[in-house]
Amino acid sequence: MRVKFTVNGRPQEADDVWEGESLLYVLRERLGLPGSKNACEQGECGSCTVRLDGVPVCSCLVAAGQVEGRDVVTVEGLADHARRRAAAGARGTSLPDAQQARGGADSHTGEGTELSPVQQAFLDAGAVQCGFCTPGLLVAADELLESHPNPSDEDVREALSGNLCRCTGYEKIMDAVRLAAARQGEAV
Amino acid sequence: MDFLRPASWEEALAAKAEHPTAVPIAGGTDVMVEINFDHRRPEYLLDLNRVGDLYEWEVGEDSVRLGASVPYAKIMEHLRAELPGLALASHTVASPQIRNRGGVGGNLGTASPAGDAHPALLAAGAEVEVQSAARGTRLVPIDDFYTGVKRNALQPDELIRAVHVRKADGPQQYSKVGTRNAMVIAVCAFGLALHPDTRTVRTGIGSAAPTPVRAATAEDFLNAALEEGGFWDSGKVITPSVARQFADLCAASCNPIDDVRGTAGYRRHAVGVMARRTLTWTWESYRGTRTASEGAA
Repeated sequence: MRVKFTVNGRPQEADDVWEGESLLYVLRERLGLPGSKNACEQGECGSCTVRLDGVPVCSCLVAAGQVEGRDVVTVEGLADHARRRAAAGARGTSLPDAQQARGGADSHTGEGTELSPVQQAFLDAGAVQCGFCTPGLLVAADELLESHPNPSDEDVREALSGNLCRCTGYEKIMDAVRLAAARQGEAV
Repeated sequence: MDFLRPASWEEALAAKAEHPTAVPIAGGTDVMVEINFDHRRPEYLLDLNRVGDLYEWEVGEDSVRLGASVPYAKIMEHLRAELPGLALASHTVASPQIRNRGGVGGNLGTASPAGDAHPALLAAGAEVEVQSAARGTRLVPIDDFYTGVKRNALQPDELIRAVHVRKADGPQQYSKVGTRNAMVIAVCAFGLALHPDTRTVRTGIGSAAPTPVRAATAEDFLNAALEEGGFWDSGKVITPSVARQFADLCAASCNPIDDVRGTAGYRRHAVGVMARRTLTWTWESYRGTRTASEGAA
């Protein structure tokens, strides 16, 4: 079957999609967006977390046909999403009205774009080790800072409780989210 | 495999009537796992995401009509006051990503004994609204809904439309045993609701029998003990021996198995502990509200 939907602000079409296929498979294998990781395929690890109509979900548990006509943001589009959110916040407009990223950057694949505040904070805080869990954590953490600009440690733990990391022990990840929240607060 | 995409509830019922083997998929948090692992290859997937009615809820006089696809995250956010037991149970479901997709309809459809919503629904009192194109709507009492391990009272041409959950008329609690806070399939779970209006206590036990069950004997014992002792009127502390006997009867009403998550003996013990604790928590809360209202009078 054919599935049409929006990914990172751009209309996409996937053909010959198997009816039992997951959104994750479509993103990785058909649309060339391997940022969302495939690990447990049962919603346990959060590595495949994306935003579906703004809501964080495990893309491995969304059937491809269910995203027809809907809006998906992956880690590749996170920097652009964060930039548009910041611009919309500054100008008091809603997200979709805000200006798209310009220049040589590709808002779809994330190539050449500057990092989002959450991505930069993960690097600065040393929250990335093997990196496999990082895309899912970034999407989840970014959504948290969108809905709760000043999260408590409990809020952060709760928001990231669906994302497993087997390297860091989570402390550096907590540091990164605190750092991103603090920078976000300063910028306002 | 065929992917059916009804745009309305009527279309969904028609599709289910035409293809009774079709597997409904809403949040996908059970169905997609089975497909990803090749445990299931349904002939038809019946996508319910477009059926907007299933994502709505109505708060009525005595009950909440909760659409089958209302995600757990919404229950936690919007129905904490009306359905405290179910809201607490929703909190224990997996992770934020799963709570954003999964809902009570899926829990009922899968009818796993470990489903987190079941003990809360049993304790609160609920009816499952199911519908078919041929025979219309029927309301199945929650006590009759679970018929076996992952089996329920649905006919092949029926779909779950909503669940009618009685609004709380007293304190409710929910307790779940697992190895960590998030991403846990219950080793066992326990829900308890005080119903001061009818002077009854209802329970629900998860993951400790082939189906979710109520501890009927324990409820009967406790209801009689509370009535005879005048506890509902006096609001006095529940006698430790009464709480202990209640806990023992709850444990005895289980019919658990040994599996990777825990042994039958452990489950029985844990259910007893949770029964005693949830009774104490809810009763203390009941006494607190009584004292507060008397103080105000």
